[in-house]
Amino acid sequence: MPAPIHAVVPLPDPPDLWSMRRHLAHLSDEALVALVARGDEAALAELYDRVGRVAYGLAFRVLRDDRLAEDAVQEAFLGVWRTAAGFRAERAKASTWILTLVHRRAVDLVRREERRRADPLDEATSDLATSESAEDAAWLGFERERVQAGLRQLPHAQREAIELAYYGGFSQSELAERLGVPLGTIKSRMFAGLTRLRELLQDGAEEGSWKPQSTS
Amino acid sequence: METAIHELTAGYALDALEPTEREAYERHLAGCARCQEELASFWEVTGALAAAADGPAPSPALRERILDEARAEKQTVVPLESRRRISPVLASVTAIAAAVAIGLGIYAISLHGQLGDTKSALSAQQSAAAVLADANATTVALKSGSGRLVVAGDGSAVLVLDELPAAPSGKTYQAWVVTGRVPVSAGTFTSANGQAIVPIPRTVPSGAVVAVTVEQAGGAASPTLPPVAASDPV
Repeated sequence: MPAPIHAVVPLPDPPDLWSMRRHLAHLSDEALVALVARGDEAALAELYDRVGRVAYGLAFRVLRDDRLAEDAVQEAFLGVWRTAAGFRAERAKASTWILTLVHRRAVDLVRREERRRADPLDEATSDLATSESAEDAAWLGFERERVQAGLRQLPHAQREAIELAYYGGFSQSELAERLGVPLGTIKSRMFAGLTRLRELLQDGAEEGSWKPQSTS
Repeated sequence: METAIHELTAGYALDALEPTEREAYERHLAGCARCQEELASFWEVTGALAAAADGPAPSPALRERILDEARAEKQTVVPLESRRRISPVLASVTAIAAAVAIGLGIYAISLHGQLGDTKSALSAQQSAAAVLADANATTVALKSGSGRLVVAGDGSAVLVLDELPAAPSGKTYQAWVVTGRVPVSAGTFTSANGQAIVPIPRTVPSGAVVAVTVEQAGGAASPTLPPVAASDPV
């Protein structure tokens, strides 16, 4: 008969963890961040399960390297773990906050590494090694189409500035040099483009006017 | 001028500003309700761009690594908001600054501070004792190095380093306060009996990181990386 180890090291029983996870499932992202601020590991795990897929996809798109992308996501989530007490939900959604942290980290890394993708506009990521649920895939597919539809409606120069900056990690001055246009022009393109994209996405959300493209 | 900096909101939301411009914008943002509101709405757009990034899925190991790391790290309770109210967007910015500083060494090397202690050794010791005795002080763990950072309610701080060997001949230790991406010297110091108690001669704001580097005797104008010790964000 082995010694009663559980009396010495009181680990929580797996069934408790399960019920805890089920309990968290119906909480909002913002409520989870509040729990994380109190050191709740299960809440951090749940946040990762909700946002981690998109976070990694974003980091990989910017960094084009799985190790660096993992670093960016890990550091961002540990930033969430450490600074969740500073998050306030009145304006920013928790998922937006986390993705902002991931993106900032990814851009800092890509600039430090000087890993320059040949052309960030290339769509070369169709061979997804995914283990995601069909539900997640459907939502991501929807969101992707919605944003792509918005981007397609922008003037080419504005779309180019936004995509090279956000997915390519290029700064405004780098873009001015690369595209051979004045810095002020790049700034104006980004501002006008983001403002227009905001309108397009809001219209789509409010009126339900967006229709999925036939998959091809 | 006002219009120009307002327009930077888009570049900021896309993380497309140069470091100096980023800092200038964050300073402006602190006092501009219009930009705070605009930034919040642009962040919703970039959040949608993130979801549309179309990258691959992460390896399951990443999840475990993050959770292991979080568990191992004694979570520093940072009552950012309990001391004073700041706007929600600004709070997010503070958190981003903290996250940016986590890597240490990714900041632009630009130095605004001046070198050296302005206080005598004696008054420095007294202020260190006052901070360490402050019942409201919070203790911040070190991300690297052995020891801790103690921050009093008024932002004054003391860095306590254990297991710190004497600096090599001709070298000195130098402390830095890193707020956002800007390291500011907090003076040079030596290790005695493997330990150093370093009063930080400037307030350490929320989100800042205190780091230590090895520099030529007399101190340096900008930190030589990598740091030998660094705190978690305050």
